[in-house]
Amino acid sequence: MRAANETPAVSRRTALNWLLGTSLGATVAAALYPVFRFVIPPQVAEAPVNRVLAGKLSELPDNSGKIFRFGSKPGILIRTPTGEVRAFSAVCTHLNCTVQYRPDLQHIWCACHNGQYDLQGKNIAGPPPRPLEAYKVDIAGDDLYVTKGA
Amino acid sequence: MRALDKLWQALDERLELDPIVEFVAHKVVPRHRHSWAYYFGGFTMFFFFVQVATGILLLLYYRPTAEAAFESVQFIVTRVPFGWLVRSVHSWSANLMILSAFAHMFSVYFMGSYAKPRELTWWSGFALLGLAMGFGFSGYLLPWNQLSFFATQVGTDMVSKVPFAGAWLLKFLRGGNEVTGATLTRFFGFHVAVLPMLTALLLAGHLAFIQRQGMHVPASLEEEAKKRKPIRFVPNFMLREGVVWLLGLAALAALAAFFPWELGIKADPFSSAPAGIKPEWYFLFMFETLKLLPAHLLGIEGELLGLGAFALGGLVWFLVPVLDRGGRVGRRSRAFLALGWVVLAYIVGFTFASFAGVFK
Ligand code: HEM
Ligand code: FES
Repeated sequence: MRAANETPAVSRRTALNWLLGTSLGATVAAALYPVFRFVIPPQVAEAPVNRVLAGKLSELPDNSGKIFRFGSKPGILIRTPTGEVRAFSAVCTHLNCTVQYRPDLQHIWCACHNGQYDLQGKNIAGPPPRPLEAYKVDIAGDDLYVTKGA
Repeated sequence: MRALDKLWQALDERLELDPIVEFVAHKVVPRHRHSWAYYFGGFTMFFFFVQVATGILLLLYYRPTAEAAFESVQFIVTRVPFGWLVRSVHSWSANLMILSAFAHMFSVYFMGSYAKPRELTWWSGFALLGLAMGFGFSGYLLPWNQLSFFATQVGTDMVSKVPFAGAWLLKFLRGGNEVTGATLTRFFGFHVAVLPMLTALLLAGHLAFIQRQGMHVPASLEEEAKKRKPIRFVPNFMLREGVVWLLGLAALAALAAFFPWELGIKADPFSSAPAGIKPEWYFLFMFETLKLLPAHLLGIEGELLGLGAFALGGLVWFLVPVLDRGGRVGRRSRAFLALGWVVLAYIVGFTFASFAGVFK
C-alpha cells in the first residue's frame, strides 16, 4: 500500500518540476525573442542604385582619383597616368576601409593596413585578399556615369 | 564628535554593525618584496571612478547623432567653462585605466594568483578588462571624427568574420550594414548604459571574491610574509592607497593640462581613410600584427588566420587557471611563467615598435 502510494508521489513531483521548468523556459524565450529581433533594425527599402553620375571628366586630371557615392557605399573613380578612366568599389576587401588613389605610387592604396591595388583594382601588396569590385564607366560628353555589374 | 558617536550608536542599535567592524578591523594586507603589486587593482578602480564622474559631466552637453556629435564635443572644449579639462581628463583617465588594468593583470599573473581557489577572481578580472576595452572602443567613436569613423569601420568588420553569428553580430553592432549615425547612437547606449552596468556588477563580484579569500601570497614569498607584520587595511593600507590615488590625480591633471586631447576633423563617410590612421595604443599590437599578415597564408585569408589566432590566445589566457595544473597545488609551472613573459614581451614589443614607426 505504502509503496504504491510513494511511486505516484515521486512521479508527480517530477512532472511538476518538468512543467515548471518548461513554462519558465518558455517565458524566458518569449521575453528574449522580441529583444533579439528588436536589436536588428528593419531593412530600409532602398532603391537599388545601379548607375550614378560619378563626376566630371574635366575635374579628373591624369594620375588622380576621386571618391563618389554609390548608393550607401563609396566608389572610387581613377584616371590613370595615361588618361584612362576606371571605377571600382572603394571598400577595401581587407577590413572595410575606404581606399584612395596615390599619385606618387600610381596605384590605389588603403591607409588602414597599407594595402595596395594596381590600376585594374587587383590586390598586389599588403593584407587585402581580393581585388576591388570593378564598375563600368561611360563617358557622355564631360559626364562620367558608373554602372554596376557590367 | 559627540554627535557622530550618537549617530553611530543609533545605527549600531538598529543594524548590529559589530560583525562589520570586526571584519574591517581584522582585514590585513601581507607585506613582502612584491607588496607593491597589491596597489594596481585599486589604482584601476580609481580611474574607473574618475570615468564615471567625468562621463556624467560630459553627458550634460554631448549629443549622440551623426549631425550633432562632433559639434557638441567642439562646443564642450571651446565654450563650456572647463569643458576642455573634463573631456581631456575623461580621455586620459580611460587610457590610464586600461594601462593600470594591464599592469594589474600581469602582476597577478606573475604572482600566480589566478590558481585555485582564485579562478573566479581571474575570470571576473578578465571580463573587466574586456569591458574596459569595450569602453575604449565605443567611446572612441563618440566624437564622430575621421579617425574614429574608420577605426570603427575596421573594428566592427572584424566581428563579421566570426563563424555563423558574424553577419548578425555586424548588424547588431552597426545598427545596419554600414557605420552610420545609427552606429553612433548605439555605441553611445553601450558606452553610457550597458557597459557601466556590467562593469559595476562584475567589479562588485571581483571585490567580493577578494574579501572572502584575502590577498594571495605566492609560495616563494610565504617565508618572508610570515616573518613580517602584515599591514592593517584600515587605516594603514587605505592611506597608502590614497597616496597612490593622489599621484594618479596629479598625473591626470598634468596630462590634461599639457597634452589636451585632440578632436580631429569631422567624419565624412564618403572620403578616403586618412593616411596615418591607427587605433588606440592598446589595440596597436593586434593592429600591427594584422598589417604584417599576407593576403593568404596556408590557403586561408591572412586576417582570418590572425583573428582566429587572437581568439585562441585569448581563450588560453582566460583558461590559465585550469590549464596550469601546477598552479592548483601552489606551484605555478615554468611553462606558464614562460608564457607570461612571451605574451608580455609580444604586447609591449609590438606597441613600442609601432610608436617608434618600425612598421610603416
Ligand atoms: C576594471 C578593471 C579592474 C578593477 C577595477 C580591479 C580591481 C581590483 C582590486 C581593487 C583588487 C584588490 C587589490 C589588488 O590586488 O590590487 C583586485 C584583485 C585582483 N584582480 Fe582585479 N581589477 C580589474 C581588472 C582585473 C583584471 C583584468 C584581472 C585579470 C584578468 C584581474 C584579476 C585580479 C586578481 C586575480 C586579483 C586577486 C589578487 C590577489 O588576491 O592578490 N583584475 N582587482
Ligand atoms: S582595411 Fe584596407 S588594408 Fe586593411
